[in-house]
Amino acid sequence: MGDDAAVPLLVVGGGIAGITAALEASEAGTPAIVVERSTHLGGRVAQLARYFPKLCPPTCGLEINYQRLRSNPDVTVYTDSTVLGLAGSPGHYRATIERRPRYVNERCTTCGACSSTCPAERPNAFDYGMSRTKAAYLPHQAAFPMRYAIDAEACLFDECGRCVEVCQYGAIDLHEQPVSIEVEVAAVVLATGWDPYDASAISNLGFGSDPDIVTNVMFERMAADDGPTGGRILRPSNGSEVGSVAFVQCAGSRDRLHLPYCSSICCLASLKEAALLAEKIPTASASVFYIDLRTPGTYELFANRVLSLPNLQATKGKVAEIRRTASKDKLEVVADDMVLGQMTTTAVDLVVLATGMVAAKGGIQEGWADAFGFVEAEIDGSGVFAAGCATGPSDVATATLGATAAAMRAIGVARAEAVAR
Amino acid sequence: MTPDTGTRGTKKTGVYICKGCGINDALDVPALKEAAMANPAVAVVRTSDAFCLKDSSLISQDVDAEGLGSVVLAACSPREKADIFRYSASVKRVNLREHVAWCTEPNSPGALTLAGDLLAMGIASARFGDPPAPYVEDHEQRVLVVGGGPAGLSAARAAAGAGFEVVVVEREAELGGFWRHLAGDFPRSFGGAGPVSLGALVEELAATKGVDLRTCCTVTSITGQPGRFAVLLSGPGGSEEMLAGSVVMATGFQAPAPGQFAHYGLGSVADVVTSIDFEHMAASGNLVRPSDGAPVHRVAIFACDGPQDGENVLHLGAIGTKIALKQAQLAASDAEVFVVYEDMAATGLSELYYRQVQGNRNIFFVRGRAKSVSQTPSSPVSISIDATVLARELSLDVDLVVLQVGMVPTSSPVLSEPVSLHLGYLKGENLPVHKGGYVDSNFVCFPFETRRTGIYGAGSLHRPGSVSEVANDGVAAALKAVQVVHKASAGAAVHPRVGDLGYPRFFMQKCTACGRCTQECPFGALELDSQRHPSINPNRCRRCGICMGACPVQVISFPDYSVEMLSEMQKSVELPEDDPEPRILLLACENDAYPALDMVGINRLRYPANFRVVPVRCLGSVNAVVVADAIQRGYDAVVLAGCRSGEDYQCHFIEGSALLGQRMANVAETLGRMAIEEERVQVIETSISDARRLPSVLSSLADQIAELGPNPMKGF
Repeated sequence: MGDDAAVPLLVVGGGIAGITAALEASEAGTPAIVVERSTHLGGRVAQLARYFPKLCPPTCGLEINYQRLRSNPDVTVYTDSTVLGLAGSPGHYRATIERRPRYVNERCTTCGACSSTCPAERPNAFDYGMSRTKAAYLPHQAAFPMRYAIDAEACLFDECGRCVEVCQYGAIDLHEQPVSIEVEVAAVVLATGWDPYDASAISNLGFGSDPDIVTNVMFERMAADDGPTGGRILRPSNGSEVGSVAFVQCAGSRDRLHLPYCSSICCLASLKEAALLAEKIPTASASVFYIDLRTPGTYELFANRVLSLPNLQATKGKVAEIRRTASKDKLEVVADDMVLGQMTTTAVDLVVLATGMVAAKGGIQEGWADAFGFVEAEIDGSGVFAAGCATGPSDVATATLGATAAAMRAIGVARAEAVAR
Repeated sequence: MTPDTGTRGTKKTGVYICKGCGINDALDVPALKEAAMANPAVAVVRTSDAFCLKDSSLISQDVDAEGLGSVVLAACSPREKADIFRYSASVKRVNLREHVAWCTEPNSPGALTLAGDLLAMGIASARFGDPPAPYVEDHEQRVLVVGGGPAGLSAARAAAGAGFEVVVVEREAELGGFWRHLAGDFPRSFGGAGPVSLGALVEELAATKGVDLRTCCTVTSITGQPGRFAVLLSGPGGSEEMLAGSVVMATGFQAPAPGQFAHYGLGSVADVVTSIDFEHMAASGNLVRPSDGAPVHRVAIFACDGPQDGENVLHLGAIGTKIALKQAQLAASDAEVFVVYEDMAATGLSELYYRQVQGNRNIFFVRGRAKSVSQTPSSPVSISIDATVLARELSLDVDLVVLQVGMVPTSSPVLSEPVSLHLGYLKGENLPVHKGGYVDSNFVCFPFETRRTGIYGAGSLHRPGSVSEVANDGVAAALKAVQVVHKASAGAAVHPRVGDLGYPRFFMQKCTACGRCTQECPFGALELDSQRHPSINPNRCRRCGICMGACPVQVISFPDYSVEMLSEMQKSVELPEDDPEPRILLLACENDAYPALDMVGINRLRYPANFRVVPVRCLGSVNAVVVADAIQRGYDAVVLAGCRSGEDYQCHFIEGSALLGQRMANVAETLGRMAIEEERVQVIETSISDARRLPSVLSSLADQIAELGPNPMKGF
């Protein structure tokens, strides 16, 4: 079995779920094509400081996966690419992929000369805009593929062209055009992932009005060793080290006005972030405001460990408002403490909003999406399967589990087709 | 011409020194070339401005024309351009770019010496790159599924769908496991079973060619290895032997010991039942008081999810909350229901289910914890609840109390009778478990990995779940089962060194039968033969090299990785008595510490040029002799950089870094006896994200070693 099944799978999305689906399938003998919209694989997890519950860096597992990819000729990766269309039927799909110009081709050696000479800058999306890079940039230090890219929004193109001159390897083509690629695939795994909910839509929580109110994904970058502050937790307003942080749960989630569902991972993510705060600044205090602490199963062990940290206070209650203190030096978190049955006010240096997950938009998955943008794991009879946060908010272990299941179902379709041929 | 892959030491080697990416500006490439040419093992030396571009073909031409057996490529990190540098000869990478040119002072004496040392080490290692001959035996495609519940049946269906023969072994007389006893299900979007019913699934499987369903059947023993497990079954017709390529263990869950819930009246108050009892009662339409058969008007459901519920919470999972909600709904059709909980863990889209249940007028949610449960003359069950949100104590008389007891995986040692596969393995008959009694060994990133290659857990052995959740888990486990058979058929390793064809060989004449390798192998790959010598099951092996690190007489080696290779590498470096700066050997885990050091270079951060970095498969593969020899030869220090060990281990091979720690304690003792400072051997826990931290760690290490002065063994 296996070697005869030459019809590959199409995996849409190169985050942890997509990588897992492609690798697991190909290692079982069914090749896979991964289409990733950004410049690199790894998706949202690549931007996390650490994973709960082990507080281990996501790069560790990603690197194992990249190592598997490096030695695996049966996985084809298209970055900077989008699946524009899918036609056909189970076993016989034809997908149209558009690869956008990256302006840096596979001849790139990562020497960095382009970036050194580049005069233009861009906000670094990998750091959620909290840092800047040159227009010619390396996506991040552990990127796969390890190759520079040029941001078309920032590049001066023919007005400049310095990078073309300095690149000794002929790796830069500022006139690169989009390419359309057609592939035949047997089945499809949708692993299109998630985006953070737009925190500025939650007006009472003040995101966007005060630099010291950040989101959980921003905090991950702040805590990351390769992040904008080198892993130091500083107040964005004045660059001083924080002494106190409030973690505001359900910022948008479990809220009829925003996301009626629970985003599943935020309680654990915030506890993890509180643990990172304690690790980095042992004297700093953390206040967690929650409705329910949702840390099920063996995650309870981790949650209990964090909740027993000496400088951590967990309050059952929803946050009503965040405002500057009268003296303006701190933020005040006003919460409805459900146990005390009264409003409380807590002054902190930094507020982290646990903004939820929304299904990533703008891909072919939307054709199968429910009202929230999520897709069923198994779309009956279609040869199309979904995994990871495309199916709903989930943690990494659930995403990889679902990806492995989706890969197996897709293999079933591919094998049936191979037998039929 | 075919490459010369003959005896070690006679292999023809070509050396290729890349000048690109700043290497030529930072290092003395002509001097490196000269040194390489002076090496008698080297047949060809070339340089290029970029071997990764068209000059790659020069290398393949040389391999053919010169009959090279190995290629030493002194250029960038082995993590780069691996797809380009692939030849019929073996390839050794010398990382002049990230580990020298990009992280040290350009053209400094230290950097030049370091580059020369690394190149010499690479050339020394080239002799050991024998392309491994894979282990291939007759292999069996069949997948054995142990357990005929939703996880097992789904695994069987998925494996059959991929064209594999499947045998399902169920110990009960009927298939379905607890699925048979479920009273109602969740809506599909909340993790319900979906359109496939148990009956339809069993019918489909029974009609599927290549699927063999066995009931009243258990596993008596499993020996062998992936691709060829010998399985002994015991069924109605007696015992039967069969071969299987891989195993899915889907033996489900059990209720925890009732004593754990004695404080809630379980066992002493007749009308206190478990969530499992409740499913049976509701499924049979018999929702009455167990004590007297009277109708139930008021029900309390305890989520049992608080800190006082201890171990139970590990086995509740998010499904525990959903079951409480579902059971509340079932009971609410005829009764008032009080759900007592600490934290309503209706995660993800289940929140919408929670909303829906909250809308039921007969269901009341009380946040708090049950303080006492007793039987009184006036009431079957009288309970008092410390209601934290109401900030008062609440007393209620109810007809029935339902305790959410969770689902204990049948693999869990807390059970009085955990289910065993009766593995005929030296390291024990059970699948090793981790936190909560679950079988996964690499939680978060690789949830299906276990410590017994080719045997994968499914369903409740990973986490508690609904029918569709555990079924999904079964499908995924089936992939792993099919995958290991696919890899075993080619003699190739599975995760994480996927595709590696080499496996350990034993120079048995020198083996002292101490058995340490068999004990230290985290995957139980080694058994003892009749002379108490190790015998390898190659398809169980993950190629970590921990056995090689363990062996006190160094008789274990891989074709392309060995104690001898590491020793030759360190010996290839000259250690002059008047060395101006400490020379330090840095053995780095190739999965984490090595890439972290690459990232130091990528960020152009600097550290002193004292460290000769050698990648190792796992710190656990480092034999004490390698370290002791290096110190005795005169290295000023040996630093070992590897992953975190302990409860939240990050070691991909589970115990490698922990085992290394123990070995190094012994090395320190030996050094102490030789009056050598024990600081000359150091283990540093290094994570892959440590690039920013490493320069200062390495600088202070270098300072510390410099302060000790030269190793007194130099020149001996």
